[in-house]
Amino acid sequence: MSKLPLQGIRILDMTVVWAGPYAATLLADLGAEVIRIESIQTLAPTTRGIMARPPEILVQNLPPFIGGYPNRDGGERPWNRSPQFNSHGRNKLSMTVDLRTPKGKDIFNRLVAVSDIFIDNNVAETMEKLSIGYESMKSIKADIIAIRMPAYGDSGEYKRYRAFGVHMANALGHGLVRGYQDMDPSTNSGEFVVDAAAGAQAAAAAMMALIYRKRSGKGQLIELPSARATFAYLSRSFLEHTMTGRIPASLGNRDAIAIQGCYPCKGDDRWIAITISNDSEWTQFISALGNPDWAKASEFHDHLSRRQHHDALDEKISSWTQAQDHRDAMQILQSFGVTAGPVMDARDILSDPHLQERGFYVDATTPDTGTYRYPTAPFKLSGTPLAIRRGPVMLGQDNDYVYREVLGVSDEEFDTLVEEGHIGTEYVSGIK
Amino acid sequence: MTDKALSGITILDLTQGISGPYTTKLLADYGATVIKIEKPGVGDMARRIGPFPNDSPHLETSGMHLFLNTNKKSLTVNLQTNAGVKIIRELVATADVLVESYKPGTMDKFGLGYSDLKSINSKLSYISISNFGQTGPYKDYGLSEIVLYAMGGEMYSTGLEDESPLMLGPDMSLFQGGAVAAVASLGAIYGAELDGIGQHVDVSLMECLAGSIDRRMATALAYEYTGEITERKALSTVGYPLGVYPCADGYFELVGGVLRWNQVVQMLGSPPELLDPKWSTPEAMQDPDLKSEFEEIFFPWILEKTKQELWQLSQANNIQSAPLNNMEVVVADPYFKEQEYFTNISHPIAGDFLFPGAPWVMQETPWEIQTPAPQLGEHTGELLGNIGYTEDDLVRLREQNCI
Repeated sequence: MSKLPLQGIRILDMTVVWAGPYAATLLADLGAEVIRIESIQTLAPTTRGIMARPPEILVQNLPPFIGGYPNRDGGERPWNRSPQFNSHGRNKLSMTVDLRTPKGKDIFNRLVAVSDIFIDNNVAETMEKLSIGYESMKSIKADIIAIRMPAYGDSGEYKRYRAFGVHMANALGHGLVRGYQDMDPSTNSGEFVVDAAAGAQAAAAAMMALIYRKRSGKGQLIELPSARATFAYLSRSFLEHTMTGRIPASLGNRDAIAIQGCYPCKGDDRWIAITISNDSEWTQFISALGNPDWAKASEFHDHLSRRQHHDALDEKISSWTQAQDHRDAMQILQSFGVTAGPVMDARDILSDPHLQERGFYVDATTPDTGTYRYPTAPFKLSGTPLAIRRGPVMLGQDNDYVYREVLGVSDEEFDTLVEEGHIGTEYVSGIK
Repeated sequence: MTDKALSGITILDLTQGISGPYTTKLLADYGATVIKIEKPGVGDMARRIGPFPNDSPHLETSGMHLFLNTNKKSLTVNLQTNAGVKIIRELVATADVLVESYKPGTMDKFGLGYSDLKSINSKLSYISISNFGQTGPYKDYGLSEIVLYAMGGEMYSTGLEDESPLMLGPDMSLFQGGAVAAVASLGAIYGAELDGIGQHVDVSLMECLAGSIDRRMATALAYEYTGEITERKALSTVGYPLGVYPCADGYFELVGGVLRWNQVVQMLGSPPELLDPKWSTPEAMQDPDLKSEFEEIFFPWILEKTKQELWQLSQANNIQSAPLNNMEVVVADPYFKEQEYFTNISHPIAGDFLFPGAPWVMQETPWEIQTPAPQLGEHTGELLGNIGYTEDDLVRLREQNCI
């Protein structure tokens, strides 16, 4: 088999920020033709960077994953150089159109007519203002599959509630079951697990709908609120409440059953995470450490007792880890069958020998960034190797293909569309 | 029977724990027939991780097992016996998909590797979910939630500067691995539906996290672009207010900053001190003195408001926000109730409890819990009967400790 599973499936992608784009990335990895529908008149904030042309003070001060443009330089077209966008921009196409105009709307409808899936995760107002919805798309393409990813739902009281992933996670209870054990929750740092949860599951939902369409000939609307899709992930804490009546609190880096922690290693800000689940893993653990005398103390004599003396045990474990390189410690412990791994920073993971051997990061090139290593699909198919077929897509990069080849627009019409501001590769100057 | 998205697709499920069972739960709850293969007398490890009703451990009442194995059938088979392997090979002949989460090489040892089975059924999608993938130096290494997030995920920059890196809540990364493995599985299944050719899918949990949108892809790329590492600290640089704040009855999180300054001022009732143009520049949002001046106004204001008041006020001003709810509040939330974020499931031994419900809603093809998680070996007789085993055969197999 040489054809990718989703080859021949065309997806119209109006996703923003992270959750929706991640779904589109996974579908693009599997071979779908994902066309990002963008606009040079409106910038979806926090998508191609937090601003189209961020002021220098922001470029210099934003954390690397947002402000880390190549060499901290936004360049002429910062929107094509944002790590926030480019990390998921592989294998996609981009076209521009001004959907606020009747002509833009007509172009959109013509695209719907030749597409299989539509996906977006905008707030409800945005789609209502543009009058884009499943019913109108269905009247153009009867078997279209439309995936809506609101925050909480497309009906009811929270329909208009705005939220980033971390907010939805808090509303679902995650904010109070993570965080340092003895510290105030206001010290919580950010996390973006909701984007990952909703994005992956939206890709799964899309393929379920494709499988059903193949069998029945029918498309459908899928409502996948990011919060709803993440709820399963919190099941253990939720069930602890529904089954025992307790209100679960954060365990920090500890576990409900095992001995567990994150321990300092040799070097600056180096750490290793270790989990010891039971008595036999304990025996392996102390063998790895050379059966030190302290491990024979009565308070460490069985699993229950070790859990009761977790603080004291952590000190002993730290005294060993502190003398170890974080990677070496993993190898020693894993060779004795103990679950342990270094806390990898970006430099560690890019140079990780395991990921290197598996070819996880590969070079990709775009004219606006040059050549860098990018992550590939998070799974491998034996019959149809997945690849980065093209680097992160630049704004409007595929206007020629989409307008001329997909829609059959004439040269004359194309020129008019450029003049009217539909087709372009740069945000208009009024956009920050 | 209502048509479901995956009606007619049969899956042999040789996974246990959290990630693999979540993959097959997604497929089962949307209509696939999932046959869960368990070790006789022992079963899935999720049967032992709880939480348990009244904290009393029982093989049939572990909350995680009950949640992760809905709509599945349980067949107990000892894979270390020839007769057991024969049963799996017979089931493979009529299955569409096999999902397994053994240590790499184990299925081959059983005689159930992909190369053993594709000759029986060339359409079979064979999904291997493992800690680190089927190849590479770490392939035999163990993994836990914290180690997965530490190695693959963005644990390094999660937490505070002066503290150790911090994991997420329980199981978050293991669930993410399960969701991504469902994507990989469905890709293979759809491909096989189109051209009748199956394939072997290698899902590495570490790569599910390394390739995750939860910052890991972006922090790695930022390092490529700049040589800078995303540090572990509160995200304060886009301005203020930002993050989690104590309020009258708990904690509340919101995002203000340079993009939403006018909305923040409005939310605060437009106090004259904040109407000064000095505030509304990107530079002001980086100025620690102005930040302190703002906080003198903001802290007393937020400390007087309840979570619910703050949620409504901030949303009325289009500010991204939410309260930090505990699970008691989550269960009682009228919106989550009305939208059926959770569902009641009755189990003959465990009783009735609320569980997380449909992760998404498909207009044509419903999500539905038709049967609760199976009891260990509950369907052994039925499933083997379907492929021609007689009552006598079953007695003999039980005596051989095979089922």
